[in-house]
Amino acid sequence: MTTRTPWRRMALVAGLALMATACGGTTKSDVAQQTSAPAAAPASSAAADPNAPIKQGLKIAFLPKQVNNPYFTTANTQGIAAAEEFGGQGKEVGPSEASASSQVSYINTLIQQKQDAIVISANDPNAVVPALKQARAAGIKVVSYDSDTAPEGRDVFVNQASAEDLGRTQVQLLAEQIGHKGKIAILSATPNATNQNTWIDFMKDELGKPEYKDMELVKVAYGNDEDQKSFTETQGLLRSYPDLAGIISPTTVGIAAAARYLSDSPYKGKVKLTGLGTPNQLRQFVKDGTIEGFELWNPGDLGYLAGYAAAALASGQITGAEGEKFKAGKLGEYTVGADGEVLLGKPTVFTKDNIDDFDF
Amino acid sequence: MSGPETGLAAPDAGSAASPVPPAPRGDRLVSRVARVRELGIVAALGLLFGFTGVVNPAFLSFDSLRDILLNSSIVAMLAVGQTLVVVTRNVDLSVSSVVGLSAFGGALIMADNPGVPVPLVIAGCVLLGALCGAINGLLVGVAGVPALVATLGTLYTFRGIDYAWAGGRQVNAADMPGGFLSLGSASVLGLPLLALVALAVVLVVGWMLRNLPAGRELYAIGSSPEAAVLAGIRVRRRIIAAFVANGALAGLAGVMWAARFGTVDATVATGKELDVIAAVVVGGVAIFGGSGTVYGAALGAVLLASITSALAVLRVDALAQTAISGALIIAAIVLDRLLALRVAAALRRRRYRDAT
Repeated sequence: MTTRTPWRRMALVAGLALMATACGGTTKSDVAQQTSAPAAAPASSAAADPNAPIKQGLKIAFLPKQVNNPYFTTANTQGIAAAEEFGGQGKEVGPSEASASSQVSYINTLIQQKQDAIVISANDPNAVVPALKQARAAGIKVVSYDSDTAPEGRDVFVNQASAEDLGRTQVQLLAEQIGHKGKIAILSATPNATNQNTWIDFMKDELGKPEYKDMELVKVAYGNDEDQKSFTETQGLLRSYPDLAGIISPTTVGIAAAARYLSDSPYKGKVKLTGLGTPNQLRQFVKDGTIEGFELWNPGDLGYLAGYAAAALASGQITGAEGEKFKAGKLGEYTVGADGEVLLGKPTVFTKDNIDDFDF
Repeated sequence: MSGPETGLAAPDAGSAASPVPPAPRGDRLVSRVARVRELGIVAALGLLFGFTGVVNPAFLSFDSLRDILLNSSIVAMLAVGQTLVVVTRNVDLSVSSVVGLSAFGGALIMADNPGVPVPLVIAGCVLLGALCGAINGLLVGVAGVPALVATLGTLYTFRGIDYAWAGGRQVNAADMPGGFLSLGSASVLGLPLLALVALAVVLVVGWMLRNLPAGRELYAIGSSPEAAVLAGIRVRRRIIAAFVANGALAGLAGVMWAARFGTVDATVATGKELDVIAAVVVGGVAIFGGSGTVYGAALGAVLLASITSALAVLRVDALAQTAISGALIIAAIVLDRLLALRVAAALRRRRYRDAT
């Protein structure tokens, strides 16, 4: 009998399996990419009229990195709620998988549907730009949120939190918990995740200040945003540095895995853990004392603000030029910053005292 | 590794051995140990632990070993199931999606219906996995679709169902009963419960493959499907059974996953199928069917988990870890093959000496 075909097939699988075993996953989109490249001035054809009323019946589409992602579900639910508040219609469409090119066909469909505005979190800052340019040529306003596109692809970027704020506040939070003293480590996502590395650079910069002279960053470990790998890396940190005082994990997958490991280890409550996570995910660990406090921006507010920014653009209140102001419902007034950026604000710190006020 | 003295007419699963003539008692023991197919992988494990332990003795501490056992339990369970399929000269790429579906399904049902009995949920997840396995088995065994293609298709189908079911929801530790979560962390006599479950699976399936006619027939099918048909083996039924068993184990692994990690969404275990197949291959199961044991596959899973843990403890640069981990896997296989060749040569020499 002939073994040729099965042999090849199986050899292929074996080869694939061996090569890819240790391959890391990609950064989950929970934590956003913060690539705000130097911008060309936004092309504003008309002057802004801050007093223009918000048009009624605006059609606003939210295009997340992927649907089925709790983070974006929260953000877009609030965005759609904002649209209802100002008398428009919001909807969420998007790919089930966060790959670079998957959003293009959705943008094309939205152009055909003659939406008034597209609110997008880009999987790839450049891949979506040609399609977004077509949309803008067709008179559709484009707001990026969570993860920016190249500046020529959008009118305004709603930034959930500045990289600098996030980096520095996480160090401040941990420093308070460990009394500004001891060895600390960082459990990140993948070694080449741009947003993570930007935050880590700001953390290192913050640690350089004199009040942190007794704190030492001993290691940056990478859990690849996989549960098992993050678990293993946390174990590795505790074995390699038995006197570790605290861990910062600026990724939702990493902090949840580290918390789960610490919660049934003898290190519970002794090794402090903080970073970026969602209240629902970490509620249990905050209540059982594994985590004292962690932080994140409020994704619901992010979607809400992006919805209002889209409406302000579509109604002519703003054009995306620096210094323009608009009102975002319950969140108050916002000002467009340099490069068409609107900043949501400082991250919220969640502790056992306030965690039950949040549900996302 | 079947000893000639057991009197079973079963074809040999592990090593390609011809009957050995009677030898003096001591010699026979040595040769039996040497012919254990899993020797190479045990040696690789020994080297890895020895080296890492010298650099950082904490790696050999009880807690650390316990963590490694725990880390490898789920993949080991999946590797056992995969072995059943692989020895029949098939493969199941969809296991990771079955794990995801089962983990999410189980977690969601517990979150939405507080008070539902945990054993019922576990049984439901195993059943769900078996159902997925049955779909694979029918596609491969009855419809005759090549396993690689069929299970690649179901890999996406099952994951897609998972996405649609989840609709963006995430189930968190606080939503699941504490008794269920403790399944993932509890210990019995100092050993993690999860590892004990995996061990039980390995022993039971290992015994069945070795001793039951149905088990031997899986090897016969993998060795030569045509000959198996001529020998009157119900090939179709056996292949379906192998897929169903693998699916059921994946379903079990899925609930264990939920209990262990406590945070579950629709993307759970994405990409794990390659880890599982790697564990199977590293464990000495022939990827083109017909030979290999579940013990080897489980040891393969332990080796892979140990490599990851060792690299974390050794403070290896993160950017280099992936490449080093791949290189270590290949080194383990090469070591295994070299040992096997040397043992085979030594046995041949001894046989020659005994004969003269």
